[in-house]
Amino acid sequence: MENSPLLEAALPAEKGSSLWRDAWHRLQKNKMALLGLGVMVTMCIAALLTPWITVYGYEEQNLLLGASPPSAEHWLGTDTLGRDLLTRILYGSRISLAVGFIATAVALLIGVIYGTVAGYMGGRVDAAMMRLVDILYALPFMIFIILLMVIFGRNILLLFLAIGAVEWLTMARIVRGQVQSLRQQEFVEAAVSIGLGPWAIIRRHLIPNTLGPVIVYTTLTIPNVMLLESFLSFLGLGIQPPQSSWGLLISYGVETMEEYPWLLIFPGLALSITLFALNFLGDGLRDALDPRAAKD
Amino acid sequence: MSKAKEDSILSVTDLSICFKTRNGLTKAVKSVDFEIARGETLAIVGESGSGKSVTCYSLLGLIPQPPGVIESGTAQFTTEEDKRDLLSSDKATLRSLLGDKIAVIFQDPMTCLNPYLTVGEQLIEPLCQHKNQSRSQARERAIELLEEVGIKDAETRFGSYPHEFSGGMRQRVMIAMALITEPELLIADEPTTALDVTIQAQILELLDRLKKQRNIALIFISHDLSVVASIAERVAVMRAGEIVESGDTQQIFQQPQHPYTQQLLASVPSGPKPRQSFQPGPADQPLLRVEHLKTVFQGSSAGLFAPRPPATIAVDDVSFELRHREVLGLVGESGSGKSTLGRSVIQLIKPTAGSVSLDGQELTQLRPKQLKPLRQRMQMIFQDPYASLNPRMTVFDTLAEPLLYHRIAKRKNISAQVLALMDDVGLAHADIRKYPHEFSGGQRQRIAIGRAIATKPELIIADEPVSALDVTIQAQILDLILALVERHNLSMLFISHDLSVVRSIADRVLVMHHGKLVESGATEALWAAPSAAYTRSLLAAVPHL
Repeated sequence: MENSPLLEAALPAEKGSSLWRDAWHRLQKNKMALLGLGVMVTMCIAALLTPWITVYGYEEQNLLLGASPPSAEHWLGTDTLGRDLLTRILYGSRISLAVGFIATAVALLIGVIYGTVAGYMGGRVDAAMMRLVDILYALPFMIFIILLMVIFGRNILLLFLAIGAVEWLTMARIVRGQVQSLRQQEFVEAAVSIGLGPWAIIRRHLIPNTLGPVIVYTTLTIPNVMLLESFLSFLGLGIQPPQSSWGLLISYGVETMEEYPWLLIFPGLALSITLFALNFLGDGLRDALDPRAAKD
Repeated sequence: MSKAKEDSILSVTDLSICFKTRNGLTKAVKSVDFEIARGETLAIVGESGSGKSVTCYSLLGLIPQPPGVIESGTAQFTTEEDKRDLLSSDKATLRSLLGDKIAVIFQDPMTCLNPYLTVGEQLIEPLCQHKNQSRSQARERAIELLEEVGIKDAETRFGSYPHEFSGGMRQRVMIAMALITEPELLIADEPTTALDVTIQAQILELLDRLKKQRNIALIFISHDLSVVASIAERVAVMRAGEIVESGDTQQIFQQPQHPYTQQLLASVPSGPKPRQSFQPGPADQPLLRVEHLKTVFQGSSAGLFAPRPPATIAVDDVSFELRHREVLGLVGESGSGKSTLGRSVIQLIKPTAGSVSLDGQELTQLRPKQLKPLRQRMQMIFQDPYASLNPRMTVFDTLAEPLLYHRIAKRKNISAQVLALMDDVGLAHADIRKYPHEFSGGQRQRIAIGRAIATKPELIIADEPVSALDVTIQAQILDLILALVERHNLSMLFISHDLSVVRSIADRVLVMHHGKLVESGATEALWAAPSAAYTRSLLAAVPHL
């Protein structure tokens, strides 16, 4: 067969699915999503390089200085113990971003697989699986986490797992609802009649079509998880001072809001910027992954 | 036109409508003129997107503005009391006219009735609204009317909910609802499209009778030329927002002037299957043998411990054979179990009892793993080309999937194979990277057919493959299917509710009713002399050009 050069260019490469490649092309045209992606990448790099780019240590106190407003030496000011706030926000970002991403990834992984299987199997399997979700929903979250901490001890990894293990429930419900309606569609029947096995159908036909709501929910979960960590830390179950995280910095900032507003403003700003960046990126991803979304 | 002048009730001149879309202005209706008189039926026919519904809805203020913009035009609506231009009337005036002097019957009776109100409640609403009648008066009137549209036991049915009626009965209720305020103009938008052919015949008869009795002007919007031929006095043919031809029904159907009208009429399936150069295989070695097949749906229980609802028997003791290179038609009305039979044959649904054997190999006892190599030999084409393609897979991905999965092609030369497949079904090479939503219905169906023939199957189950398509597209797809059957030596079970379509493609026909086969035979013999009473009533109900 003879192909024109134009057609050769249009032909798909032999590897990878078209959806993801096309999604990347579409994402590149979305300025806000690229900005969001840029901000997130910058934050992650800064978090990784923190020990090498900071001048002060995160526990380095200067009691003589006390809480001082932003200045040339301390760009974002210092806290009541005279610790540099910028340094503490940067160190805090390591914890917060890690918790945010890892715990959400855990939730995503469990939730999507569990929800897809339940929705795809249907019938009694689905009923049993979703009742389990209901039971876990009813279990008080605090007791669950405290039990985990008591049994396994305080461990930062455990914190990731514990939060992820709780957050997956809603994800599973969202995905299961999506899959239930998708399963009725003829293209799934067509896949069965081609001879595809259940896993191939779930992977190729069901999960890609649930991505829209999943991505939106994921971008909402990440900031949620970051705040959850601060709540646990506040109760003494998460990370311990002098380590810090954004959530912890914010909750300390709230206490001294009237005297030293910068202690609340800057950590709050860091969290807000992350949230905005994630939302833009999430919306961009959702549109990019939906071939039906507006074409320019 | 002469009759319309004397007693014109609605006269539309120079109506143009456009829609603001992301890609600029789209002209939906271009300078349309038509006129309709009391006691007359005007049919507006056209394919989907031709602007036939938009034209009528704009008169009633039912198109959303924005994005819709009425650019020009007048619509003189003349009643005994007054005369006014519908297009320049304000919303309040239109609202008082709508449901009083003008009534609309919509396509889908299920979505147009509120499921939470009884039918009676919804029937008397316009009476209380427009005529200020008391509830008991209104109720009496509603019951009278329900009887008139042919609903038995109207007193008790008055208090029933919409879901307690069948599709045809619901459409009767819709008609009663439209007629209750004694309108002078009735607009029926594809009122029989969602109905079975026997019910369709009844509803058409009812509409015609009511129109004559009440001297109503009826605008009948339809894509189906055969239906139009049986009910309309005058026809206007629309294409791409323009009326390309209009005139008396007789004249239009006998001597169409415009090439588009001629093409439309030529596309309507009529007559027997064209002669083919090859013959079906011998009867004693069929490709597919189905014996005493029975499929029962156990109602799925609502919860883990909830009791199961009673089972329904969808396919009841069906036996038939399909020879090599034969197209076997399967006709029946909705709910007759024909789709379930197709899916049971191809093992998308596990049959409850009986046997299905492909080339002598029994299928019903096989496990999914054992079935996989056989799936290569039998494929399915689905009805709705919008639902049967994964919206997130390009043409390439969709067509490559069966080839790669069954290892018919290697990744290295997959592109060439996919392109060959696209040639086979008449798709342009340049479209290989496009997603389903970028195609029209007919092209999508070509993709779906391409996917079905990718594995070079011997048996194809086609479940209403042309029902969702416009008539000209339908003719093209039927031609494609016939050509593929010949080129690839396919055997096909062709399921359809449309008897004319089946006649134009099938060698033999099975007729199904309530899950049972009532008749089978060679197509032309069956058309000439149907033996079962049900087949006779089906054939009698088919509207003809």
